[in-house]
Amino acid sequence: MEDMSAYPQELTGTDVPMVSFRKVKKAYGDLVVLDDLDLDVAAGEMVTVIGPSGSGKTTVLRMLMTLEQINGGVIYVDGNPLTHMPKGGTLVEANQRHLRKRRVDIGMCFQHFNLFPHMTALQNCMEGPVQVLGLSKAEARDRSEELLELVGMIDKKDQHPSRLSGGQQQRVAIARALAMRPKVMLFDEVTSALDPEVIGEVTNVIRKLVAEHNLTMLMVTHQMGFARDISDRVCFFYDGKIEEQGAPADLFGNPQKERTQQFLSAVKEAV
Amino acid sequence: MSFLEFIDVYWPRLLSGTGITVAQFFLSAIFAVIFALAFGLMKMSPNRLVKGVAVTYIEIFRGTSLLVQLYWIFFVLPLFGVTLEKFTAGYVAIALNTGAYGAELVRGGILAVPKGQWEAATAINMSPAKRMWRIILPQALVNMLPPWGNLMIEVLKGTALVSLISVTDLMFEAKQINASTYLSAQIFGTALLIYYILARFLLTPFMRWLEAFMARKLGRA
Amino acid sequence: MFDWLFAEKWFPKFDWRWDFTWEILPRLVEATLNTLIAAAAGYAIALVVGLVLALAQRSGNRLLTFVVREFVEFVRSTPLLLQIFFIFYVGPQFGITLSPWVSGMIAIGLHYSCYLSEVYRGGIESVPKGQWEAATALNMTTMQTYRRLIIPQAVPPAIPGMGNYLVGIFKDTPMLSVIGVAELIHTANAIGSETWRYLEAYTLVGIIFLALSLPAAGLIRAFEGFVRRKLGMN
Repeated sequence: MEDMSAYPQELTGTDVPMVSFRKVKKAYGDLVVLDDLDLDVAAGEMVTVIGPSGSGKTTVLRMLMTLEQINGGVIYVDGNPLTHMPKGGTLVEANQRHLRKRRVDIGMCFQHFNLFPHMTALQNCMEGPVQVLGLSKAEARDRSEELLELVGMIDKKDQHPSRLSGGQQQRVAIARALAMRPKVMLFDEVTSALDPEVIGEVTNVIRKLVAEHNLTMLMVTHQMGFARDISDRVCFFYDGKIEEQGAPADLFGNPQKERTQQFLSAVKEAV
Repeated sequence: MSFLEFIDVYWPRLLSGTGITVAQFFLSAIFAVIFALAFGLMKMSPNRLVKGVAVTYIEIFRGTSLLVQLYWIFFVLPLFGVTLEKFTAGYVAIALNTGAYGAELVRGGILAVPKGQWEAATAINMSPAKRMWRIILPQALVNMLPPWGNLMIEVLKGTALVSLISVTDLMFEAKQINASTYLSAQIFGTALLIYYILARFLLTPFMRWLEAFMARKLGRA
Repeated sequence: MFDWLFAEKWFPKFDWRWDFTWEILPRLVEATLNTLIAAAAGYAIALVVGLVLALAQRSGNRLLTFVVREFVEFVRSTPLLLQIFFIFYVGPQFGITLSPWVSGMIAIGLHYSCYLSEVYRGGIESVPKGQWEAATALNMTTMQTYRRLIIPQAVPPAIPGMGNYLVGIFKDTPMLSVIGVAELIHTANAIGSETWRYLEAYTLVGIIFLALSLPAAGLIRAFEGFVRRKLGMN
């Protein structure tokens, strides 16, 4: 058992990061996916995670969304522990109630969109605000229509997902996540399942979010050019660890580690 | 009367009843497979008469109850000059009923074999019969074994109905013992347990083994 | 029209009597009504209990899952006929007397609830994992997720199975005759023992079953299509 007293029950002071991974471990049986991960994301920062498949980069987002349990360490969001809760002067594993309380800060978009097929685009966006946040239908509709407008899907708001293209579905999924007004947005390979010609319509929405909104964002992507354009910081994951990180110009322009160089040149050749 | 005493007195009748049940099961199962293969293949025939016969058979036996079919075969068929002894009427009815469901499984299993297999067999100039027997059916068999496992459980359960035309199977013995002792929980409970053991610990493992065996034989495991 | 087929020289014992047929028809029609009521009541029980059994197996409680799983396996591996006898006769041994109708409905309802629980489980499992993850990302509770997302999506793929078992329950109601429920076979048996004529009654029973269950397959398919369209899922 890990000694939890080493971890603070809440992060205080100036410059509290929006997201903070502290010595986070993740393993499936004997297979260690993430080993003692330390990663801070400042409020309003856009951090992109890149790396070969199997390097644990998607796991980082899934742990933050509490879709995966962690096997060690603590994750803090906005200064509060997410995976744990304070009890009797120390931190204990979070129960469902605590998770429900803390998850309100986080929203996520998935590779395969995961829209609700039996609901229209608008209903998809209204579902969370009405059911979870307890908004009135009118309020939820206003908020959802505003966001569908933002992602350019307002004229398709009454369509079911089966009638929308992949790019359109992903844009609705972004609006659905934003409708919960999260402090942190997670984008998990949101363009990987899309046909090349519609990738742009999704990346443009994300660019707009970065430019116009002060959201904290964590993104996993295979699109190096896009990552370079919009990130404040890029983390290169290799074998469950952050091998190298830095400003996109530095990491892409002048990688220091051999593995980073190998990965980037392999990606370049593939293009 | 304690449960052990009860078993001590009645085990010979339970055993002979179980024997009849098992015999009914095997005969029903064998004929069901034959009917299923025959009518399943017939339903895929391009000849409309052959196909029509198969469709009629399948729809009639799937559209009515096993019990109705059993009574009809036992009580009404003699009027057409076909008198079956009750033991025979029992497994014939079950086999005809199961065969109709099995025919659909055969058809489904065959249709699930990829089209390329038919084309490849044709390309090496196999005759249609040889193509079916050597190439298609073995693969179809692996496809359809899992649902056949469920169907075999239904056959075993179906044999209980033959007690209603006085075949002295396990169900029949249980009813008789109940009528003379009124120890309903003991006798019906024991009978339920015997059926459960037959289904869960003999039949199911055998079907699993057969699935694994066939898969290995076709190099799929 | 088919008289030549049944000519005396072929089938000396065959004599279909139309006057007798008309005489027994009203009794069989009444019995058909009873059969349909029995099937509907048994199905209603099976629908509800089946959902409880399915959700119990997904509860996350290992002991509960194990017990329910074994119960379902047991009921599905043993003959309905024997279960009907068991429920009808074991009650009185412990001072609980159930009418034939009540014990018949319990037996057939319980039997089919086990099959339906498997259909429900299949339906629930057919909902992609991403739907659960999206629900978590929207911070929905387990109850909300089931009610708003999982069950609506689990219904269309479950409809064919649910329909087949409705037809199955209908075709299994003749077994209730053994404890004296006056459904079709019970009535045909009674006619047989009163008149020593089996041909007309048993044949009519078969025709009635065919007439009611043959259109079912098409109706089930149409209903599934209707539900999918209604949910915008096609």
